[in-house]
Amino acid sequence: MIHVEGLTRTYGGFTAVDDISFVAQPGRVTGFLGPNGAGKTTTMRIMVGLTPPSRGRVTIGGHLYHDIPNPGRHVGVLLDASAQHAGRSGREILTIGARTMGLPDARVDEMLALVSLSPEESKRRLRNYSLGMKQRLGIAHALLGDPSVLILDEPANGLDPAGIRWMRGLLKGYADRGGTVLLSSHLLHEVEMIADEMILIGRGKIVAQGDKKTLLERGGAPSSLVTSLDNGALAAVLQGKGFVVGSAGEGLKVEAPAAEVGRAALEAGVVLTDLRFGGAGLEDLFLELTSDTQREGLNEGASA
Amino acid sequence: MSMTLDVSGTAQIPFSRLVSVELRKTADTRAGRWLLGAIVGVTALFMIIFFFVADANERIFGNFIGIASTPQGFLLPVLGILLVTSEWSQRTAMVTFALAPSRTKVIAAKTSAALILGVAAFAAAIVTASLATLLGGASGGFEGLSATVVLLFLAMQLLTVLQGLAYGLILLNTPAAIVTFFVLPIASGIIFLLVPFLRDIAPWLDLGTAQQPLFDSFGGDSALTGEEYAQLATTSLIWIVVPFMAGWARVMRAEVK
Repeated sequence: MIHVEGLTRTYGGFTAVDDISFVAQPGRVTGFLGPNGAGKTTTMRIMVGLTPPSRGRVTIGGHLYHDIPNPGRHVGVLLDASAQHAGRSGREILTIGARTMGLPDARVDEMLALVSLSPEESKRRLRNYSLGMKQRLGIAHALLGDPSVLILDEPANGLDPAGIRWMRGLLKGYADRGGTVLLSSHLLHEVEMIADEMILIGRGKIVAQGDKKTLLERGGAPSSLVTSLDNGALAAVLQGKGFVVGSAGEGLKVEAPAAEVGRAALEAGVVLTDLRFGGAGLEDLFLELTSDTQREGLNEGASA
Repeated sequence: MSMTLDVSGTAQIPFSRLVSVELRKTADTRAGRWLLGAIVGVTALFMIIFFFVADANERIFGNFIGIASTPQGFLLPVLGILLVTSEWSQRTAMVTFALAPSRTKVIAAKTSAALILGVAAFAAAIVTASLATLLGGASGGFEGLSATVVLLFLAMQLLTVLQGLAYGLILLNTPAAIVTFFVLPIASGIIFLLVPFLRDIAPWLDLGTAQQPLFDSFGGDSALTGEEYAQLATTSLIWIVVPFMAGWARVMRAEVK
């Protein structure tokens, strides 16, 4: 539904976005993942016509954004929840959006209820909102026109854990009804939990894309986190099987799939109290793929 | 789950809707309401003061209008400036242009909104000046009043609003645009007054000098000559129309952040 084709944006000699192509499909949540400054925001701004591309193009449902009549009715956009007038109330911000799109004012109340902003909160000025409240308002603004495509830049930023869970459910439901969702984040954990499809970007280039399973297969052996009543015995058995074992908090981190750890525990007769996917596979992959684009990498290079 | 978006059933956003949204934006913040209130309040205050300090024979319609034009000429352009620059200082331009990608339409809507408020302020000034003249004016307070003078007054107010918009569009920064709007005419006036070589051509190049006969005509002085009209047109072109077009061009190309 969102089609990015050979998109490039340069600023003088600096290439912010370097010949990227990808598709965000309807019915799926596509995560756009990369470290700060990787080009995620620039790409999203080009999508909605705020920044002109140097080369390439983006179509949404086959149209250039500029050619979509009353675009708020088709594409919901949240680029920066703080980019609203600090002196306007939340309700007024939504009212302006609704009026522009030609929607009844009742839609404002519906959206406020959807994102759980109370009538009292909606009358407060934006400058008195927490970041989490601004994000909720921004999501309400993006959903005002009942669009079939959502473009959200760092929507989970500033939300508390309950807020993130709420947003996950909201976007999941939205995609299940056939909507297209593209959301960016610099936090792997956030995207991992919510996205069906992931696009990894580093220094303006796409370094990997695919669903979580595909990406994990690229990332090599998964790891597991395990806690048992006898960690020492368990570690000995696992090491005996040739797995790398390290300590992690009260338990162990094992470079092996959970099934292998479970089997070892069964054989050793050790009672497990916790066994789960270490998740590091994807994180390692993410860091590895973007390593030459990470700021930390530069520091290591300097100190070495 | 088709890959294409059917937009055939969606109408374009009508221009009138954009204008009404822009009008709403002038009054939906505390700062905006203060500014609108100040325009009304200060105009009324100026007229009341003039009413009591002026000699009876000076209380003519033209003078009342002239008094009203001073605060309005200062404050209405600020309204125009804010309508443009607050989108950048508050970063709402990102939202505005995402909802209405045609920047031409948005700028035209902002211009229309500012001009509508200018006309409303003008109408209010006419009504108040008429009342003041009727209530306590000199006998024959409406004498020598022509439709031309009234229309010129309106045209000048609207041009001043456009001037504010123009500096807002060029600078896209509230303090810079406001300072430029107030300081530039003063600086220009001083330069044209002090440099002998420039003094002779000042009416053709300095907006303030060219507008002086217009102010005088409100007070009952003779109507403008053809040359004075030409000078008004030339200076308006230099100081208002050209900056407005330049500012417009800037916004068309600007990256919205």
